[in-house]
Amino acid sequence: MAKRIEASNVSSYYGSFKAIDSVSMVVEPKTITALIGPSGCGKSTFLRSINRMHEVLPNARIEGSLTIDEQNIYDPDVDVTAVRRLIGMVFQRPNPFPTMSIYENVVAGLKLNGVKKKSVLDDAAEQSLKSANLWNEVKDRLGRPGAGLSGGQQQRLCIARTIAVEPQVVLMDEPCSALDPISTLAIEDLMFKLKDRFTIIIVTHNMQQAARVSDKTGFFSIDKTGDPGRLIEYDDTQKIFSNPNEKKTEDYITGRFG
Amino acid sequence: MGDNPSRSENASAGDLGVTARHARGAGTGVSPSSFEEPPFGGGGALPKKTRFGMEAGFRGLSVAAGAMVLVIIVAIAVFLISKAVPAIRADNENFLTFNQWFPNETEPRFGIAVLAFGTVLTSIIALLVAVPIALGIALFLSHYAPKRLATPLGFIIDLLAAVPSVVFGLWGRDVFLEPVRNFSAWLNEYFGWIPIFGGDGPFGRSVLLGSLVLAIMVLPIVTSLSREVFLQTPTMNEEAALALGATKWEMVRTSVIPYGKPGVIAAVMLGLGRALGETIALALTLGIVFNISFNVIENGGNSIAANIANAFGEANETGRGALIASGLVLFAITLVVNMAARAIIYRRREFRDSAA
Repeated sequence: MAKRIEASNVSSYYGSFKAIDSVSMVVEPKTITALIGPSGCGKSTFLRSINRMHEVLPNARIEGSLTIDEQNIYDPDVDVTAVRRLIGMVFQRPNPFPTMSIYENVVAGLKLNGVKKKSVLDDAAEQSLKSANLWNEVKDRLGRPGAGLSGGQQQRLCIARTIAVEPQVVLMDEPCSALDPISTLAIEDLMFKLKDRFTIIIVTHNMQQAARVSDKTGFFSIDKTGDPGRLIEYDDTQKIFSNPNEKKTEDYITGRFG
Repeated sequence: MGDNPSRSENASAGDLGVTARHARGAGTGVSPSSFEEPPFGGGGALPKKTRFGMEAGFRGLSVAAGAMVLVIIVAIAVFLISKAVPAIRADNENFLTFNQWFPNETEPRFGIAVLAFGTVLTSIIALLVAVPIALGIALFLSHYAPKRLATPLGFIIDLLAAVPSVVFGLWGRDVFLEPVRNFSAWLNEYFGWIPIFGGDGPFGRSVLLGSLVLAIMVLPIVTSLSREVFLQTPTMNEEAALALGATKWEMVRTSVIPYGKPGVIAAVMLGLGRALGETIALALTLGIVFNISFNVIENGGNSIAANIANAFGEANETGRGALIASGLVLFAITLVVNMAARAIIYRRREFRDSAA
């Protein structure tokens, strides 16, 4: 299921503004990689470059190469929708489709893929909701609006929607920043569970979270506003949080700099 | 540990705010006397509440404005009914079903059936033509066109709404008539076996011409309102669809259209309102014939508003009452249409409200 992501010298631009400069990293299958760093340092931009969501914005483009299991994600012949099905994404704020029920939300991706058979959709909905630790809470009200759930439940609904299409990689862009500590814990538990099946890359502002959930951590930073973000250090989470190589990383994780 | 950086950011932002406040205080030169008054929350008696301040004044103003709407509606209803009822009493035929219009004779005979039918038929055809095109334009402007093209094009659409209806009527009668007549003849030749395209002419000043002119008039309203609601689709919903691997059209179908649906229905209903009430353009383009026919290409067609415009000048007392009665029917049709639209919008309210 899970696949390996390799970035080499990735630079992302918004028009003429260079948001990240020459990022290279390898993300192994079935691991959780955390990206940390101060606001505006390009973590989210890098994340969005991986599933080609970056280019949705006008004038956005990237340089360098990004591959998934040796296949070039940015190959001009590659179908961009296929890339996004392979590399799912969970956003910062829970974004269930407001006009759809819980059930419709979960199967939205499958329906886009042309799955019509009710039994298949029902199965997928149940499995995905179970995987997302949400099934017990919503099984009696699948027809209710997805937007009527609590924030934490909505975010798990979005995770269920993402994994329902069976991606290889799941990107999470600060998935817990709008949630309370209990919901955050629920999502973190979920990440551990999903690690067996997916490669997970998560952007987070919460360093304890990065330390708790991830196997590897990448620290991004910028020199000053307007400069492109760079990957300062990328190593085992253990190493980053106990004995980082770079002074900048140490300053950041000990709270002396931000 | 992780919160430290953001905390320091907040602190520096706060400092800036304080400095700005000080600067403003010094700049405007607050008089020293203000320092002698007790500070808010300080000692002394609680301040008295203001009796006739801006608050009460503005409240009264807004209540009056709201009440005025009711007064106007009631006044119009009273006017329509008081003029219509005597005329309907004088009618020697059934007002609702009779299909001729002779209210000015000594024994008035008139019925609303033909006019109501014509009004609804032209409006429905106009909407059938206009709505798909309008939605297409709205989606193009909101999600497909490059910004450099979308802005001027949207402006032109809005300009179309500003053209007076009499101009549309004259244009339809003098310019558009010819192509519609040729098209009608073509339809009649090849599709004459369908009753709505049947008949042996003459063609041209028909329901089709009136409806097409109406469609052009309705187009800008539906387009610009739909564009507005489509533009309001939250970016995060669009991105959710794209991240699931939706193509652009699939993204539009899963997030933009469902989100905009109530707004689009409202836009269509406003368009229908305009179509139902349209007067002079139809008076100039329709054939003004009193019979109920589904044939859309033969000379003919009529509508309540167009009939009022055409017949008011030579109407006597009863005749005017009859025309006002027909206006009352138009009022009722519009009301029913609006209520139906509201019912549709409210049906899935649960989904919309929880989204807000």
